Amino acid sequence: MFAMTGLCAAVAVSVLFFILGYLLWQGGRTLNWQFFTQLPAPVGETGGGFANAIIGSAKLLLLASLIGVPIGFLGGVYLAEFGGTTWAFIVRYTTDLLNGVPSIVMGIFAYALIVLPMKHFSTFAGGVALGVMMIPIAVRSTEEFLRAVPNSLREGALALGATKWRAIATVVIPAAMRGIITGIMLDVARVAGETAPLLFTAFNNRFSSPGWNQPTSSLPVMIFTYAIAPYEDWHRQAWAAGLVLLSLVLVTNIAARFILRRQSLVLRG
Amino acid sequence: MTTASPTIDRPASPQHKFVQRLLRGDQIAHLITLIFASAIILVTALLFFELFRSSALTRQKFGFSFLMTTTWDPVALEFGALPFIYGTLVTSALALIIGVPLGLGAAVFLAELAPPRVSDGLAFLIELLAAVPSVIYGLLAIFTLIPLLRDYIAPVLRSTLGFLPFFQGPSYGVGLLAAGTVLAIMILPFIISISREVLLAVPREQREASLALGATRWETASHVVVPYAKAGIIGSIFLALARALGETMAVTMVIGNDPKINASLFAPGYSIAAVIANEFSEATSDIYISALIELGLVLFCITIAVNAIARLLILATTRKSTAHS
Repeated sequence: MFAMTGLCAAVAVSVLFFILGYLLWQGGRTLNWQFFTQLPAPVGETGGGFANAIIGSAKLLLLASLIGVPIGFLGGVYLAEFGGTTWAFIVRYTTDLLNGVPSIVMGIFAYALIVLPMKHFSTFAGGVALGVMMIPIAVRSTEEFLRAVPNSLREGALALGATKWRAIATVVIPAAMRGIITGIMLDVARVAGETAPLLFTAFNNRFSSPGWNQPTSSLPVMIFTYAIAPYEDWHRQAWAAGLVLLSLVLVTNIAARFILRRQSLVLRG
Repeated sequence: MTTASPTIDRPASPQHKFVQRLLRGDQIAHLITLIFASAIILVTALLFFELFRSSALTRQKFGFSFLMTTTWDPVALEFGALPFIYGTLVTSALALIIGVPLGLGAAVFLAELAPPRVSDGLAFLIELLAAVPSVIYGLLAIFTLIPLLRDYIAPVLRSTLGFLPFFQGPSYGVGLLAAGTVLAIMILPFIISISREVLLAVPREQREASLALGATRWETASHVVVPYAKAGIIGSIFLALARALGETMAVTMVIGNDPKINASLFAPGYSIAAVIANEFSEATSDIYISALIELGLVLFCITIAVNAIARLLILATTRKSTAHS
């Protein structure tokens, strides 16, 4: 019977290698310099690249971090350092529930909150949707890394006459900084692949989108659009984009693993 | 932890003390972090409020019949959500039927049989699987899983289990079965890593007692360790279920997008998340958008409920052995 369980594990792991291998094979054939530097070719023509989608994704992630990281970080500090029992439990539980909200629902939220009043799709709306999605993991990873700081450090700082907030700001947080930053990196990598919340917030754009107020293209949405289109050349570009996106996500995750040398936080949220 | 401050000789008035503490910064820091922590609750509440408010139009017009009727006709402004609810439930159930035995088996292997080093390495690879964006699962499924299902698996199922209504009719590749299979793969990492953790948290004495009584390692694993960790394992399954119910992109790309209720798993279907993803940016009338948002509200309520149960179950088991959840 144990052999059967080993088989189950082998199946699960082989799926990862299949995904990786197939994307490398299909995407590697198409990936070239044009992909990073050119705009999408007009419909019907072959060639072109995803430059606008790459820049769009970067802008969305920047905006998302500006929203998600402060709330997540300070919320995490509260839970680890100031939280009592009842209110901290409620905050923690709500955070976990927020983490479980389907990404498409986050899209509707940003749509109702920003697209409807502004009456048009925009980079800003997409960034807000992704930013809210970032909060739960930022909170929980910050909290966990702060809790891992030994109490003797806190006591040492307090014994030297530091006030509580100075002890936290100058001793506890610096001690946990590496973990916190890694947790946020993983968080960014996770929302980098989110497609559903962008479909009707950032929408899509076949041209570059200057500023924050226009619809923008992004890597995941382009992969979706190109994968379901009926053109052979578009499929090949979708593979290339998939390879780029997956590489970014996996490299971040593997790097985080080596930085932390401990259990990954991806699933803890 | 309270702040260590030298006691002041002269008894200060409470007001004076408060101002002093405020000046030292502790209260300010506490207040600022409290505000941000509470903002999380505010955002979650706002999320529900926005969904509720923006779906008022259809809630008033259709009431509960929205959930019971099967006609989805945006042109005639008739909206019934049943085909989508059916598609969501069937694909999620399929995902659990395929994913739970596979995931549990793998978790038992990783926790009970594999040497710790191998177990950690494999667990990391499986967690990477959870990091793969769902649109990439969809991309791969379109070009590999769908031809495979259509040309090889569906004919085999039809000839062996064809007497069941689930495996009848033509297969185009896309459909409920394809969506269920992709979902099963996608929830696998959640079941495996949480179940593994819960299994590893079972105290060593439990295993030793069972082995001392003459049980084999397999008997120990299946009769002692797994039952001990039952609540946590069920929690991991619920968590996986919540993921499956709300999963959007991969399902949208393979389910076939046809709002009909079919017993056959080969037939194309539609899920709540998929219809929102496909139709939202094209919805023109207010009531159409309201109907889609109400679907979002339904999805939100289902996943929140499933998640809440999952978290409580996992909390209950891990609290037994470890401090943090």
